[in-house]
Amino acid sequence: MRIIENTKIALDTYKMILQPTGPESEKLKALVPGQFINIKIEGFYLRRPISIADWDDESLIIIYKVVGKGTKALSHMETGIALDILWPLGNGYNLTWIPNSSILIGGGVGVPPMYGLAKKLVKMGKKPRIILGFREKNQVFYDEEFRKLGLEVAVYTEDGSYGEKGFVTNGFDQAEYVCACGPERMLEAIYRKVQDGQYSFEARMACGFGCCMGCSCETLVGNKRICKEGPVLLHKELLWK
Amino acid sequence: MEVNTKVNLSGLILDNPVIPASGTFGFGKEYVDFYDINILGSISIKGTTVQRRKGNPQPRIAECNSGLINSVGLENPGMENVIQKELKDLEMIYRKPVIANISGFSVDEYITLAKEMDKVDNVGIIEVNISCPNVYHGGLVFGTNADNVRELTKKIKEVTTKPIYMKLSPNVTDIKEIARAAQEGGADGISLINTLMGMRIDINRRKPVIANTKGGFSGPAIFPVALRMVYEVYEATNLPIIGIGGISSAEDVIEMMMAGATAVQIGAANLINPMACKEIIEELPIVMKKLGITSLDEIIGTAHKD
Repeated sequence: MRIIENTKIALDTYKMILQPTGPESEKLKALVPGQFINIKIEGFYLRRPISIADWDDESLIIIYKVVGKGTKALSHMETGIALDILWPLGNGYNLTWIPNSSILIGGGVGVPPMYGLAKKLVKMGKKPRIILGFREKNQVFYDEEFRKLGLEVAVYTEDGSYGEKGFVTNGFDQAEYVCACGPERMLEAIYRKVQDGQYSFEARMACGFGCCMGCSCETLVGNKRICKEGPVLLHKELLWK
Repeated sequence: MEVNTKVNLSGLILDNPVIPASGTFGFGKEYVDFYDINILGSISIKGTTVQRRKGNPQPRIAECNSGLINSVGLENPGMENVIQKELKDLEMIYRKPVIANISGFSVDEYITLAKEMDKVDNVGIIEVNISCPNVYHGGLVFGTNADNVRELTKKIKEVTTKPIYMKLSPNVTDIKEIARAAQEGGADGISLINTLMGMRIDINRRKPVIANTKGGFSGPAIFPVALRMVYEVYEATNLPIIGIGGISSAEDVIEMMMAGATAVQIGAANLINPMACKEIIEELPIVMKKLGITSLDEIIGTAHKD
């Protein structure tokens, strides 16, 4: 895929638009929110798995944070460059199980997959509530994009420098159904407050397509590979008790 | 110029010497999305233990320069599932004999595994992993002591009819001694090397990246180590060798064969490029022609002095 845009949208946070060429573009039609791409970056042995934030018939968007040398190199890449990417990977959100009124929660770089999900749900006539969490104001992104979908959006920052002060779990008392992506501690806190839902997980991966067992983790229904059966796992499968 | 990529591995004629390494290819089905796996010389299946194993805690993967560390810990569905389901499924998508990679926690477990795998039709070779660095009291205990290797090989040979390849660890003082012991025990061949013990530390958290602290280091960075060990074992024994360790190109395959390997296994390369084996197989005849090699079996061990 070719880089169409690679711009900074918040502190250490970049938005990259990628365009597949030829028959590869057909894959865009079958994308499911929650799926990810795995990018080869010159000079680094393992690929970098990054969730898909949004897409149309021509291109897709990823939003990534610079957390190490690999993502730093990615942030310096110029438009026009063709990247070696394996995509789409993983098992995304099951849209039919999400009721009309649900809450979508994103924390930090867990926000991007929630955008693609929100967009799909809106298209299906569903109206999820959105709760976003960031450390501080300069890290906030995409809250306006969610509002443009016509959704109610609450933003929480840990220091109160933007939106409400607090954590995403302050944003609701009880909830029947939640979809969430973010740090594992956040997901666990959400899990303890809700009855049902779907969660995107992160893991250190080697292959990203299910053959190395590097990201396999225990669930109530046996081991699951985050890259293959995941990254989206169901509330009732999780081991947190 | 017509070139011949066939090699003879203990009576098994492989269309080419390229075999995906155990633990990097599952039981084959993930790769069907990428190419027709029937082009492969053979497949070494995911390391199988008697009981099902959940594997090690997360994280299990750490990146390195030109390689990676893994600490998967032999996660696998267990012997019965592998034989009843995985190997049968594999037979549907791959028509050639495969290599059953087995790992025990006691001599008895190795014997049980070898006996059962010996009965499976599509198993052509049994590869005995005595070198997994990632399970406590696992194979490595067997693989680092020459007497243990000799005894274990002998006992496995007593209960099997198929060729037995002992998969050796590089984490030993003298690989030649271990290889000789395998030969004395009656091994039909040697697979080497398994991963090198390594570790990484997350300097932000000031703690090891891998949950189990250490893991097995693989990838192009270990190719020269693997090559040297294959070279040494070729001189120390007269067993056929499957060369493993960081092979990523057709040139690497040829280099490994010149050191003494009859066939090779591709490991880490599959993980970063699912098409790696296919690309290497397609590249082989081209590189052979360039080097004036008409038949691959004529280059085995040619790097050794007369």
